[in-house]
Amino acid sequence: MPMLEVENIHTYYGQIHVLKEVSLSVEKGEIVTLIGANGAGKSTLLRTISGLLRPRLGSIRFDSEDLIRYLAHEIVVKGIVQVPEGRRVFGQLTVMENLEMGAFGCKDPKLIRTNLERVFTLFPRLKARSKQVAGTLSGGEQQMLAMGRALMANPRLLLMDEPSMGLAPVLVDSIFETIQRLNTDGTTILLVEQNARMALQIANHGYVLQSGSVVLSDTAENLRANEMVRKAYLGEM
Amino acid sequence: MRQGIKIGLIGGIIEVLLALVGMVEAFSQRYIISDVISMGQTLLLVVAMFTGYLAAKRTNRSEPLWVLANSLISGLIIGGLLSLLVILGSMVRLRAVFINASPDLFKLLTFNQGIGTGILLLLIFGTLSSSLSGLLFLSPSLLRGVLIRSLAGVAMAGLLQDLLRAIFAPWGPIAEINQWFFPINGLTVQGAVSLFILIAAISYFWRKSGSKMKTSLRRLPPTNQRVLRITSSFLLAVILLALPQILGLFLSEVLTIVGLFVLLGLGLNIVVGFAGLLDLGYVAFFAIGAYTVAVLTSPELGFLNLSFWGALPFAIVAGVVSGILLGIPVLKMRGDYLAIATLGFGEIIRILVLSDFLRPWLGGAQGIAKIPRPSIGSVEFATPQQIYYLILAGCLLAGFISWRLRDSRLGRAWMAVREDEDVAQAMGINLVAAKLLAFATGAGFSALSGAIFASKLGSVYPHSFSVMISINILCLIIVGGMGSIPGVIVGAIALVGLPELLREFAEYRLLVYGAALVAMMILRPEGLWPEAKRRQELHREEAPEIESASGAASGK
Repeated sequence: MPMLEVENIHTYYGQIHVLKEVSLSVEKGEIVTLIGANGAGKSTLLRTISGLLRPRLGSIRFDSEDLIRYLAHEIVVKGIVQVPEGRRVFGQLTVMENLEMGAFGCKDPKLIRTNLERVFTLFPRLKARSKQVAGTLSGGEQQMLAMGRALMANPRLLLMDEPSMGLAPVLVDSIFETIQRLNTDGTTILLVEQNARMALQIANHGYVLQSGSVVLSDTAENLRANEMVRKAYLGEM
Repeated sequence: MRQGIKIGLIGGIIEVLLALVGMVEAFSQRYIISDVISMGQTLLLVVAMFTGYLAAKRTNRSEPLWVLANSLISGLIIGGLLSLLVILGSMVRLRAVFINASPDLFKLLTFNQGIGTGILLLLIFGTLSSSLSGLLFLSPSLLRGVLIRSLAGVAMAGLLQDLLRAIFAPWGPIAEINQWFFPINGLTVQGAVSLFILIAAISYFWRKSGSKMKTSLRRLPPTNQRVLRITSSFLLAVILLALPQILGLFLSEVLTIVGLFVLLGLGLNIVVGFAGLLDLGYVAFFAIGAYTVAVLTSPELGFLNLSFWGALPFAIVAGVVSGILLGIPVLKMRGDYLAIATLGFGEIIRILVLSDFLRPWLGGAQGIAKIPRPSIGSVEFATPQQIYYLILAGCLLAGFISWRLRDSRLGRAWMAVREDEDVAQAMGINLVAAKLLAFATGAGFSALSGAIFASKLGSVYPHSFSVMISINILCLIIVGGMGSIPGVIVGAIALVGLPELLREFAEYRLLVYGAALVAMMILRPEGLWPEAKRRQELHREEAPEIESASGAASGK
């Protein structure tokens, strides 16, 4: 039984039909990646899963429980947490307050403390800057903060939207290392990435999205070898 | 050089406009220093000096001569533009377009000396004042700070003479000081000079050893600091309680108006400052509170004839409920759209209470009169001095609630919603509940203010609840510092209290509001007394001490 099961969903922005019969499944302990061009519907799919958008048709199940009847803030408590695209930290709050915001749905002070320690071991930079206003952090630090904030919510499934966007190559490497480390620590990850090469290197499974539909799904290994993927997304001739 | 010309032109145009809208003339009746310098002249002088200072500051080259030349040029341009106005006024009948361009204005501008000498004097006035501030800019920072403070202090003392005179008047021997400082209209020359020296001495001392005192204060052991904090809040409480007795009738009246606006501001601060929901129809809840009290208490309508205290809970509940009712349809709206929708709501309420259809229940255009005053036992809150205590209690309650809410779970949720609605939701915040609670709390404070307002005036009329009130409250929050509780108080004093004291301003209120807002956005975008964090964004070092200061002022 997969941890997350998305079945034939259709999502609209007003009249615009964005996701057309998309299905996807994530097994516990996996890293699954979604690759695709701009406007393929990757972020829309993540936003639909996390409850920020509501599908018109189809079903989403998490641990065999229907997710669609829950609101976004209730889904967080179920264990699905999103790291939004473009980081979107709370710019006027301090680093510490941002992390505390992440634990908003968590009512166990002991658990919050353990999570905070875990975040600070993962990202020592954040500890050093815990009193600084988040808007003054560098892009890389903000990405760390966005990830740390999501971890504070105690996720079982982490939805990551373009974590490498706009970062220097060195930082991209370290972000991907962190993602792998989170995964070995037991967090299941659904990763949306434009950097398909990196994503397919760390993922177990991959889905290729094209104008709102899944056109290809396979193990990451097979996708790396696939002719179409190599041409369109890995830039090989 | 080019900077000097540019800034001079801007300053000159501002001065010409000030003259043409009639501010200079209207202010010329009141003297800052008796028979020497009037408020109108001070206005021109301040603008000219500010222009010169800015021109000096913007000079590209650092040589003193260039700096001085730049400020001199800007001053010359100011004098020149004013002279042009005078010449134009003598040739064309400007009054046909600018009704304030009266002969009196030109007499004022030419220092009563006729055109020829007048223009010469104007040019000298411009160059002198701006090159003086150029010199001020070049002088060492200690001297500059001291001089600017003392000049500003004397100007403020002159501006607020009515307030100061009233404070000193009832104190027997101290009243003698009044005679010496402010005989009738403006400071005396010796008063101004001694005040200047006094402020200069204090600010010199403060600049020299102020920071040392602050650090030694912070180094005190915690118990001593606690004692200090308790004593200072006790002192603050005593002053707050004694204020109406010190200030007398008129100033207490001003104080009650400021207090009502503080209460309104605290409410809107939750909606706009904490939760980031731009609400332009906030006056509606003020009206709802006032009308609920009026309808329930006034014998004129004779529905229930409750006492003020009986009606007050209904007023607050009515405010809270209508806050939620407004909140539900606008839940999905953000930013500008929310502002427009709430603006509409404010107008709907005003038009409803004005309508003939509802006249039997709400009084229509005639309003509702004979609202009884609140009383406890046999003590009636009738005079402004007594009403003040009621308002003070309301403000303290509202201040305490917002202070506690700010650091609560709900307060954090509001801040997250303000920063980013989507992410807030993705963090597990119930967006609907957070927004509705913000609207409800803000509306409750506003209704409380409205209830006190109705019983203070004894009557309510639809025209008291125009959209301008909403704008006023929003302005005072912005000027005080968004999201800051002491900022609301400072903003209310600056934007509601000062205009009441300076009656000459009344006509130019909106102009001054606009100018103050633009100036704030350029010079101090975080507000007069911002939240510690806002300030931290701009100046990172000074954050910790502000925290404790704002805690004390919010009525601990």
